[in-house]
Amino acid sequence: MSTKKWIGLALVALALLALPLVLTSVGTAWVRITNLAILFIFLALGLNIVVGMAGLLDLGYIAFFAVGAYVYALLASPHFGLHLPFWVILPLGALFAGMAGAILGAPTLRLRGDYLAIVTLGFGEIVRIFLNNLSQPFNITNGPKGITRIDGLNIAGMDFVNTHTLFGIPFTGPAKYYYVLLILLLLVIVVNLRLQKSRIGRAWVAIREDELAAKAAGINTRNMKLLAFAMGATFGGIAGGMFSAMQGFVSPESFILHESILVLAMVVLGGMGNVWGVIAGAMLLSFVPELLRYTVDPVQQMLFGKLLIDPEVLRMLIFGGALVLTMRFRPAGLWPESRHKLEMSENRS
Amino acid sequence: MSVVLLEARNIGKRFGGVQALKDVSLTIRAQEIYGLIGPNGAGKTTFFNVMTGLYPRDGGEVLFGGVPLELDTPYLVAQAGIARTFQNIRLFGNMTAIENVMVGRHVRTHAGVFGAILRTPGQRAEEAAIRRRAEELLHYVGIPHRANDLARNLSYGDQRRLEIARALATEPQLLALDEPAAGMNATETVALRKLIEGLRADGLTVLLIEHDVKLVMGLCDRVAVLDYGEKIAEDVPGVVQKDPKVIEAYLGAGGD
Amino acid sequence: MEIFVQQIINGLTAGSVYALVALGYTMVYGIIQLINFAHGEVVMIGGMVALTVITTLVGMGLPLPPIVLVLAGILAAIPICMALGYLLERAAYRPLRHAPRLAPLITAIGMSMVLQQVALLIWGRDPKAFPQIMENKSFIIAGASITSVQIAIILMSVLIMATLTWFVYRTRFGIAIRATAENVNVAALMGVDANRTIAATFVIGAGLAAVAGVMYGTYYGITHYTMGFMLGLKAFSAAVLGGIGNLAGAMLGGILLGLVEALGAGYIGEFTDLCRWPLVDGLLVERCANGGHVVLFGSNYQDVFAFMVLILVLVFRPSGLLGERVSERA
Repeated sequence: MSTKKWIGLALVALALLALPLVLTSVGTAWVRITNLAILFIFLALGLNIVVGMAGLLDLGYIAFFAVGAYVYALLASPHFGLHLPFWVILPLGALFAGMAGAILGAPTLRLRGDYLAIVTLGFGEIVRIFLNNLSQPFNITNGPKGITRIDGLNIAGMDFVNTHTLFGIPFTGPAKYYYVLLILLLLVIVVNLRLQKSRIGRAWVAIREDELAAKAAGINTRNMKLLAFAMGATFGGIAGGMFSAMQGFVSPESFILHESILVLAMVVLGGMGNVWGVIAGAMLLSFVPELLRYTVDPVQQMLFGKLLIDPEVLRMLIFGGALVLTMRFRPAGLWPESRHKLEMSENRS
Repeated sequence: MSVVLLEARNIGKRFGGVQALKDVSLTIRAQEIYGLIGPNGAGKTTFFNVMTGLYPRDGGEVLFGGVPLELDTPYLVAQAGIARTFQNIRLFGNMTAIENVMVGRHVRTHAGVFGAILRTPGQRAEEAAIRRRAEELLHYVGIPHRANDLARNLSYGDQRRLEIARALATEPQLLALDEPAAGMNATETVALRKLIEGLRADGLTVLLIEHDVKLVMGLCDRVAVLDYGEKIAEDVPGVVQKDPKVIEAYLGAGGD
Repeated sequence: MEIFVQQIINGLTAGSVYALVALGYTMVYGIIQLINFAHGEVVMIGGMVALTVITTLVGMGLPLPPIVLVLAGILAAIPICMALGYLLERAAYRPLRHAPRLAPLITAIGMSMVLQQVALLIWGRDPKAFPQIMENKSFIIAGASITSVQIAIILMSVLIMATLTWFVYRTRFGIAIRATAENVNVAALMGVDANRTIAATFVIGAGLAAVAGVMYGTYYGITHYTMGFMLGLKAFSAAVLGGIGNLAGAMLGGILLGLVEALGAGYIGEFTDLCRWPLVDGLLVERCANGGHVVLFGSNYQDVFAFMVLILVLVFRPSGLLGERVSERA
């Protein structure tokens, strides 16, 4: 890399490191919003492995998020009186989610892609039904009330609730989560990028492009698809664990179909398969609704004197519309895979 | 006489009420160029698809180097050493030419997810070897300059070559080509013929489905003729050409 | 025994609704191999429109007999849903007919979301009670009761299915639909207008969905902007169970799924009552004393059955009961 690139990279890193401190001065709420956005980028990159690279339409991705979240919540809350450390339960949640993915994928992956879509869609609902009802006769999930007072992260004796002052700079709880999330995000980006340029990643893209030819070229398509599916689920599980720790509260309501669609919309809008595109798509769909929340409401109040369109509805309309319009006008996404760009530059020369 | 490489025994395949293949048996010897010809709809491509495990068969088995092929799992067929191309070219359109060939190396390489994520020395060495081999193969089939182009942007002839390179990347003993000359002009066909002869000289066995009878007769050591799903002849080109059954099948003399 | 008969009756009723919705899925899938995720939402819109019409008419205080009110609801819902079905095909799916497989599927899920939110804007977030105007007489059969609404639903869906079968197998247009499903290009060569035929399939499916929406509302007494989702998922499962792309299969699958669900919901509590399991009983002595129950899974798991059926069918018989192979074509 050139010096210029290094300087650019250093500036970006600095900006990312300073971001929560700046945001805290605007309002801690914005740090929380940013944290959730990072979590969704993380989720989108996990789903990108499944949908973007391997071309498997997973419509119940949020269910794996739920598995991770509940594993964390159950093992680190007063609900069962268990308080295991996060470095045990976060991986455990990821493992469970990955296993759930493999179990669900095994019977359906040998069928056509659309069946996988509908089965995952159903699975997402089923997980929610179980979470809602597994409070009887033995109280496992505490039903619709959810699980409260979940332990936050605690690294080397430093809790993530109180504000700590380091070098004269106060770090709030959300700010600390921000840094952990940033590290995780970096991790998933590296994983995505490296897989993409590997034997495994090529096999996935080959399956996405032409499954039959991939088979004939010697790829064990079933295992490769299962691997992609389970890996995506694993990342979902990690994100779920972080969600539990950050929020301190989980209930089945957080894991509805809409959330799966939201993550899918991020992947699709940004550009399936392209890591940076997915990140951009996820940021766009995370922040735009928040901005709308702060603009559309006052504008409506001003114009009509009342709220005509709930920002939540608007948010969903944007996601649904984004899916439809992207497929119609830019099926490769706003920022398509670099291979396409490469093609355009080739044509020019 | 050289060693038998592939032996198909009584292969049968039915589509609904149509018997696409009826007890087809044939023997391919190591390092020969073996042609499979027949009128349209005679079952040549179906035979290919059954032999490479893409269609489930209704009967029969295929021995490869004396060992039965596991036809239910296509990737094991590739692993055993049979590679193929498709009549209607099936490349990975949104991957570059070199990536297409690199996919072919999949079955002969081993790096897993963790190797890729951690970039272990072993994985890096393997990855470099994959790329080197892919470059060599692109060079071998004569399209090294197209390495970084998307497969779908290649010309028709180059796509055929790329498909062959991808097939060769799996290190096959037997290369099965499904109408490789289809849609090619005379110059391209000559080049293709050279390529196939070169492959044989390098120790490969070639199975060729072809419409271009002239090409087949000039190139192949032995030829089998399929008609209505049955093998009606199998011999050296000179003999097959004079076989009355073959002439009848092609000219439809016995029919109406 | 009464429970059994009762659940059979309930299952047949729900199954009739599923069958009508499943027909819409199966027809569209049969002709363009698309899972129209938004189909459930069309059902929901049908129910909502009928609800609005009926409520309005009742509110006007006209002395109309209940049957006329319901018919007015259905007759309003059908054209609106048909228009919606046409619009979906025309605007969302047709432009993507030659796109990669994922594209129309993603569009479908996006449309489903948009329709839900639009319904939310029009009809609000809360569940709406469907006016119970039909006189609901109960008849007793073998100790179980069947209501006039149930009878009406079952009879009506039988009538509709018979008409549809006649239409598809005996009319020119039906033949065009079947020909297009078999092979679009060949059908086009034979002079079948593929676009028109495909659009017609969506429109017919949407019409059936409208009727199903009204039935659902009348039977369960409630409509909600999210009701299409589960209903759609179940109906799709029914279509897969019967063999997707197969009309008779969708009808059979719908009825069977209704029965499985009703019987499942009726008996699962009993089967998973730990107090009936001798060994476990010992461990739960206190909770099982005096006829207590420790039910692992109660009828609140009813929605899980459809999904289980779907998975089991896909694992053991992906072609469904009456369908052909569904594996990838070479």
